[in-house]
Amino acid sequence: MATEPTVYRHRLPTRLWHWVTAISVIVLLGSGLMILNAHGQLYWGQYGANYDQPWFRVAWVFEGGRVPGWLTIPSTYNLALARRWHLFFALVLAFALLAFTIASLINRHFQRDLRVRMKELGPAHLAAEVKAHAALRFHDPENPRAYNGLQKLSYVAVIFVLLPLAIFTGLAMSPGMNAAWPWLVDVFGGRQSARSIHFIVAMLLALFIVVHLALVILAGAWNEVRSMVTGWWKAPQ
Amino acid sequence: MSLITRRSLLIAGAGGLVAGCDGIGNSEAGRDLLFKAEAVHRSLQRAITDRNALARQFTEAEMSPRFRANGSIFPTDPAYRASMRGNFADWRLRVDGLVARPLSLSLADIRALPQRAQITRHDCVEGWSAIGKWHGPKLSTLLDLAGMKDSARFLVFHCADTLYGRPYYESIDLIDAFHPQTILAWAMNNRTLPVEHGAPLRLRVERQLGYKHAKYLMRIEAVASIGAIHGGKGGLWEDIADYEWYAGI
Repeated sequence: MATEPTVYRHRLPTRLWHWVTAISVIVLLGSGLMILNAHGQLYWGQYGANYDQPWFRVAWVFEGGRVPGWLTIPSTYNLALARRWHLFFALVLAFALLAFTIASLINRHFQRDLRVRMKELGPAHLAAEVKAHAALRFHDPENPRAYNGLQKLSYVAVIFVLLPLAIFTGLAMSPGMNAAWPWLVDVFGGRQSARSIHFIVAMLLALFIVVHLALVILAGAWNEVRSMVTGWWKAPQ
Repeated sequence: MSLITRRSLLIAGAGGLVAGCDGIGNSEAGRDLLFKAEAVHRSLQRAITDRNALARQFTEAEMSPRFRANGSIFPTDPAYRASMRGNFADWRLRVDGLVARPLSLSLADIRALPQRAQITRHDCVEGWSAIGKWHGPKLSTLLDLAGMKDSARFLVFHCADTLYGRPYYESIDLIDAFHPQTILAWAMNNRTLPVEHGAPLRLRVERQLGYKHAKYLMRIEAVASIGAIHGGKGGLWEDIADYEWYAGI
């Protein structure tokens, strides 16, 4: 063990952003599910209420039409308090992402570590990576510090697609912002469409968390978590 | 450490975090911190957006086929019920407080003022939206008639309905009070305002959530501060459940 080479893998801005965002996303998911409990139906278009046709009902998943308390913040029904949690951590999430983006452009984390190369998108390459994952081989022996292709794609999807979509669909539900920036709600096809996309993005982020945690455990939870706390990571032999 | 133990540790950790949130949400200090976000959102919105921006207006073809009524839908106050049975002939809207000329207006007076019609989307804090047409004078027309005093900072809307045994009320600041789409609606979807939607008169404050749109209006009071009115937080829902006073979020 002692002879394994350690490398400095995650810089301070990355580590700080990771944990701030991890806490924010968990609180936002929990409080968001409580907010959904206030009206457990989702629609497409500008409007949508009890007399309109929803495409999704919480009642299809949970009896009684409410997400159970062990998944929500707070754990008992309270729309007002859930909104307080949600709107507080929405600010934390958005400004942390902005700061991380600026820092990662300056320290070249994005350009160096997250740039997806064309050859990584080829079907043969992707198939090989899926096979390597199934065999629990996550690192290129030539360059163990680098993210593998699937890892890059999932991080790029979260950082550049899912989190910005969550923020902008959230803003598109604000009646104040709707008046100021009508184009934002138009981009998503109406306020109820923005609400639906917000929910779908939240579920994709929840899916990412599950897969991410599973892979952290499979890759060696102690080494992976330590590297995200101290920055130092032991490369596999 | 085995895989299972690590995983259960992670789950216990996440569960602990979610449970800890209840503790924070019930503590004075936790609430103080969380509740600060409202002022940040309000300040940011007002800093980066046009204060006079208009809410989107729709066409009749884009209206909700049926507009859901919510909150109070049939006030039980005997005086209101008697007035309703008389088709609100004896109903008066009082405009008073920090004004130079207090007003007492009948429905006919209100209908005789310059009118505005707008088809807008109504967003409930619960998450649903409905599009409807509203018709009535601008609030600013009444405020100009009454002559606001310089010390006035907020408009308080006193209502005939009660919820949880308390009178409904709401309040807005002068930015929204003088916004051209802030109207006092006596008609909805080309008909007289139905009782379930707030007859005879309701507020429309189009850039905020539904609970700000006070129904069953009786009195509009100009005040310097909302701190001394009812629970002091500027509205019934704000007082009893800690909803945001600024509901443009």
